[in-house]
Order: sequence, then structure tokens, then C-alpha cells
Amino acid sequence: MIYFDNAATSWPKPPEVKEAMVRFMDEIGANPGRSGHLLSIEAARIIYEAREALSTLFNVKDPSRIVFTLNATESINLALKGMLRPGDHIVTSSMEHNSVMRPLRHLEKKGIALSVVPCFQDGTLDPKELEKQVQPATKMIILNHASNVTGTLLPIREVGRIARERHLLFLVDAAQTAGAYPIDVEKDGVDLLAFTGHKSLYGPQGTGGLVIGENVNIQDLTPLKHGGTGSRSEFEEQPDFLPDRFESGTPNAVGIAGLLAGARFVLKQGVESIRRHESQLIEKLIEGFKDIPQITLYGPEETKDRIATLSFNIQNLSPSEVASLLEEEFGILCRPGLHCAPSAHKTIGTFPKGTVRFSLSTFTSDGEVKQSIEAVRHLLHQKD
Amino acid sequence: MVYGVILFPSIYFALRAEKKSKEKGLSVRLIPVPRHLSSDCGVCLRIPWEEREVIRSLLKEEKVKMEGIHLLE
Ligand SMILES: Cc1ncc(COP(=O)(O)O)c(C=O)c1O
Repeated sequence: MIYFDNAATSWPKPPEVKEAMVRFMDEIGANPGRSGHLLSIEAARIIYEAREALSTLFNVKDPSRIVFTLNATESINLALKGMLRPGDHIVTSSMEHNSVMRPLRHLEKKGIALSVVPCFQDGTLDPKELEKQVQPATKMIILNHASNVTGTLLPIREVGRIARERHLLFLVDAAQTAGAYPIDVEKDGVDLLAFTGHKSLYGPQGTGGLVIGENVNIQDLTPLKHGGTGSRSEFEEQPDFLPDRFESGTPNAVGIAGLLAGARFVLKQGVESIRRHESQLIEKLIEGFKDIPQITLYGPEETKDRIATLSFNIQNLSPSEVASLLEEEFGILCRPGLHCAPSAHKTIGTFPKGTVRFSLSTFTSDGEVKQSIEAVRHLLHQKD
Repeated sequence: MVYGVILFPSIYFALRAEKKSKEKGLSVRLIPVPRHLSSDCGVCLRIPWEEREVIRSLLKEEKVKMEGIHLLE
């Protein structure tokens, strides 16, 4: 079997992720930091270490500025709904995932104005086009770091600079890049970074977080949830300090134990080396597909402009036909359709049909890429 | 040895304080909050009383929020 659906959730995981979760269940198990006993402290220590590991990964100086959530979707909702008020204006791109578009369309109905900057057909964005959309009421820019449809990288560093110059908040959806492409919140000028644990950070599902930069006044950011934090229990008001202000309720501690192991795996391998491996593989895949006339490839051709996710279509076949043939006959698991991003498909011209998507990981081998190119060739022969 | 304890608003700060102090070779330990003091986070950091100023400035630098330093009787 070949698993090419890592952009949805990475699999397999490094063995240490499962081991950390089993260890947590066998030896720690308690409610983190609520009770002051040995196991409660150990559970809280796991979460502390996870905050530190992720701080190192994203160059966050103060780990309390990372708050844990269930996934990127929750982080994006927290940042958008917590920060925007009626009368505010926000700028985004036409390549966004529904985890960005849907909260924005919801907020539009509540009096927040939205500008969607069109991207080119390969998903790339011209920062100058984005800057033209900035108005006096603009409060925030939100962009995905890389598209889950085409793998296209957006120029976050350039846009981060624009945001700084214009005194706007910059929110980046790093669901597809955290762990797979270098992110430095300071150099990239990112004020809010939403990440998910179950993709390129190799953690389990149900883990994610939001980095809240020093430029964000946390009193301006309304929590999505209020409730118990294990701190300030004598007061009925929500704590006003990080990370507790945004972490009500018992967290997914066993999941975060796995996320810590995943983040440490990424730090040990090095994001640059993971990136190099994945780039080489995606380049081979593109090379292999380029010679096949019945295949249409989407996204930038040059690997430096993309991550290891590739969308394509095969003449006269629907994406779901291709995916089920690949699974049944060749054991290749991939994802067909719209990938929760209708706007991105309109941008690249594949709406409503969608595409077939192959997404690789650090565990993908050269052999698997070769086999998959062969499989697609076979499939075309059969159809001839 | 005379000890003191530092109280924190939440366990995050207690754990960060312990880690940063140990990295500097200071002999500190997380202990349950003594009964006559009250802190909701359940644990506090026991420190050598004579090191309290060193630790206070270290923790300030490391952005650790504190809720007071008390002499441990
Ligand atoms: C670009 C992008 N943003 C956000 C998300 C949402 O991530 P999650 O489902 O973990 O919340 C995804 C993944 O599905 C994604 O690809």
C-alpha cells in the first residue's frame, strides 16, 4: 500500500509518537496541573515541554504565547472571531481552505468587510495585488502558507513586511507547512500562527495550536471558550494571562504527549532536511507526470515554489474514478475532489470537478514515487 | 539551610521557573504549596532563601509571572 494522503493526515507516524502516548496512558494519565500531585505535575510537564519544542520550531521567544487547541480550524476561529469586530476589514487570498473561508463568510454577515485577492492560476500570489486591497479599516491579513490543493507556497515574508509597514495583524494558516517548511515568526513577520498537529508535525489528530505574537494585545483577543483552567479558581472571571486565558477545560494531554514526540522528531530530523527530501520526491513525481500527455498538472512547476502536494487530472476520467482505480488496482491511497477549498479550485480552474491529489511525507520513499508513476501509466494503458 | 517558596499564578510558570533555575544550576524543587499559604496552582518552587534575588531577576527575564516569595518556616 502507498499512502499519498499526508496533506489530510500524515501516516505513518514516527514510532516514538505512539510510544509517548502509551507511556502517558500507562505512567502519567492525570489531569495536567489541576491537582498538584506527582502525576498531575508530570502531565503538566509534558504540555510545558511541548510548548517549548514548538517555540523552538517556530522561533517563539516566550512559550506561553503558544496556546493549544484541537486543530488549525479551532486556532483560526479563535484568531478571527476573537480579534475582529463589526466595522473591521480583512484581506485574504482566493487560495484559502474552508477553515478560513467559512469563518470569514460567517463574520461578513456580522459586519466585517472582506476582500479576497485573486491568485494566479498556479495558486501564486502577487503581494502588490494584496497591498492594493488594504484600506483604512483593514485590521488583519490572513493567508495560508501553502495551499492544500496545489501545494503552492504563498509569499508570507513579503506580506509580513507589508503588514508591519501598514500596522496590520498578520495571521498565517500553517496547517500544511508547520514541520515541512521553515517558519520563523519573527523573520516572517507573523503575528498569529495557526498550526495543526496531525499533518507535518507527525502528532495525533485532535492537537493543534495558535502562536500569539508580541504585537497582539491579548486583552483584545476574546477567548472562544471560558471555563476552568486550574488557576485563579477563587475568581469567577477568566484569567487574563497566557496561556490560561485561551486554554479552558481539560486539554488533550495524551494527544499533546504525542505531538511533543512528533515535534521533537521534526527538530531532530531538521525541517530543512525534511524539506529537501520531500522536494526531491515531488520533483521526481512532476518529472514523471510531465511526459504523459493525458495528465494536467496544477500548481507551480518549480519545486522551490511548492510543498510536496500535487494536484492533477487525467483526461476523460473524473478525480474519484482515478482515485478508486488507483486504490483498487495499485493500493495507492490519495484524495479526489475539492479538498475543502472551493475558492482554490475556482482559482485554478477545476471547480466543481476537483482534482486528484497526491501528498507525500518525510516517510515517502523514492520507490513509492516510481511505483505511483508506473501505476498511472498502467491505468492510462488500460483505458486506451 | 533556610528555604523560601515562590508562588505562581499557574502551573505553566511553576514548571518554567523550575526548568530555568535548574539550567542555571540553582538547587530548586517543586513542592506542594504549604498549607498556610494559598495558591491555586497547587505547586510552588522551593528555593534557597539566599538565592531569592538571583532567582527573582532570572525569572523576570524568562517572563515567568510570580505571585510572591515567602520565607519557609
Ligand atoms: C490549508 C489548510 N488549512 C486548514 C486546515 C484545517 O486543519 P484541521 O482539519 O487540522 O483543523 C487544513 C487541513 O485540512 C488545511 O489544509
